[in-house]
Amino acid sequence: MTAGVGRSALPGFGLAMGVTFAWLSLIVLVPLAALTIKPWELGLTGVWQSIMEPRVLAALRLSFGGAAVAALINLPLGLLVAWVMVRYRFPFRRLADAMIDLPLALPTAVAGIALTALFAPSGWVGSLLGPLGITIAYTPAGVMLAMVFVGLPFVVRTVEPVLMDLPAELEEAAATLGATRGQIVRRVILPAIAPAILSGFGAALARAVGEYGSVIFIAGNMPMRSEIAPLLIVIRLEQFGYAGAAALALAMLLLSFLLLVALGLLQRKLRPADA
Amino acid sequence: MHNATPVPRNTAIQESAVTRIGLTGLTLVLLVTLLALPLLIVFAEALKRGLGPALDALAEPDALAAIQLTLLVAAISVPVNAICGIAAAWCIGRFVFPGRRLLVALIDLPFSISPVISGLIWVLLFGANGWLGPWLDRHGIRIIFAVPGLVLATMFVTFPFVARELIPLMQEQGAAEEDAALTLGASGWRIFWHVTLPNIRWALLYGVLLCNARAMGEFGAVAVVSGRVRGQTTTMPLYVEALYNDFDSVGAFTVAALLSLLALVTLVMKAILEWRMGRRGGVGR
Repeated sequence: MTAGVGRSALPGFGLAMGVTFAWLSLIVLVPLAALTIKPWELGLTGVWQSIMEPRVLAALRLSFGGAAVAALINLPLGLLVAWVMVRYRFPFRRLADAMIDLPLALPTAVAGIALTALFAPSGWVGSLLGPLGITIAYTPAGVMLAMVFVGLPFVVRTVEPVLMDLPAELEEAAATLGATRGQIVRRVILPAIAPAILSGFGAALARAVGEYGSVIFIAGNMPMRSEIAPLLIVIRLEQFGYAGAAALALAMLLLSFLLLVALGLLQRKLRPADA
Repeated sequence: MHNATPVPRNTAIQESAVTRIGLTGLTLVLLVTLLALPLLIVFAEALKRGLGPALDALAEPDALAAIQLTLLVAAISVPVNAICGIAAAWCIGRFVFPGRRLLVALIDLPFSISPVISGLIWVLLFGANGWLGPWLDRHGIRIIFAVPGLVLATMFVTFPFVARELIPLMQEQGAAEEDAALTLGASGWRIFWHVTLPNIRWALLYGVLLCNARAMGEFGAVAVVSGRVRGQTTTMPLYVEALYNDFDSVGAFTVAALLSLLALVTLVMKAILEWRMGRRGGVGR
């Protein structure tokens, strides 16, 4: 951004910067530094072995794979909700709009026991799915359901503003040129909102990867099957394997970071027009 | 949604009525199943045996202690994060210095870290086998499995809320009004109280609201540092888990209902603040 002339004439920079720096260092930087240093007490091979345990790999696969599947499921769902919210008017629209943020406001433990109660074999939804041969609670599907729940608002709220700002003239021009509605959606609207869809996907994915509270109740937490990586960190910590817990945590952070960098690069590719 | 696209649109670029109704119906079904039903079942399970047992569950000494502890943790962590968030927004929004973007990125960092890891880092520092653990032990100071640990973990997860609302707003507003006040001879604090604060108050309130909701509802981070001593280090979300694991369904869902009410109040106030600020809120994370 352009540097505002005369901004530095205002007082208080030193004090505010001092407060900010102390706050950031004490609460964020120092503890995170501890995390990056602790695992190496095990030595390089020790860290590698502690991450390559089959149980750890299974947990990482579920956390990252499950989060990817949940974020993929959230793409059409989020797009649908965003589209309907922006384009159509219907009764209870304001209420529905406020509800979309519920997963962000509802404490995760509450979401966890509520989803479990709902989708357990005896629950309101679970008892309907049971006869169809679908079990969700206490399986990897339950993990993904909770991840879909927490991720949905990210896709909706990222896509909505872009959809809202899309000039009607674009669509009108396409219509004038004889494009059908389906063609306009596919050729005009989707490409325009693709970068937003991708960032919504990334945000939902990042949230789901680390998700704990809403997942552990419905997961069943069976090692090798429905045990997520954050839970394994807790288990290691309870056995006083600090370094082992830190190694797994660091591996998770690095993997998420690489994922987000990859998504960022992909996003840059999606908008060459205004580069 | 107040400033949305106006409804009258060219019929050439609209879907047919059937498609519109179909898509709207699908959306409502989705929102009801995925969002409304979980909320509803919390209250249904809490009141399964009537209002009496639910109220009894809340009157338990452990429940009252959990509520008190939750309020205490939020009462410490939210103001600290709010004041420091204002300080960060003052630096970044009003001054030009190298590394501003890095600073913004670092402030946002806690949002991309799993709650469990947000608790773990404090155990690595202050736990029995942590860096400072033995020293703290010798001096009789407890941080992990005690209230200070809960506060620190909560501060970490709620760290960015206020700052990330204020920084873009103050950058957008610019310093013209403050500069004018300065020219008229106002002191720094006077400028802040009479010019800056009134300009950012709604965004500040918005950030504090979301920060508070997360602080009171946090589970993963505090679960790691709590040690779960009932009546002492158990916040409301942890108490929900404890009751649930004891198969005390009415108790667990009653405390959960209380937390759900907090979430609903938050959502209503959030909608009101968004209307006041004349904008749509983005993701509140």
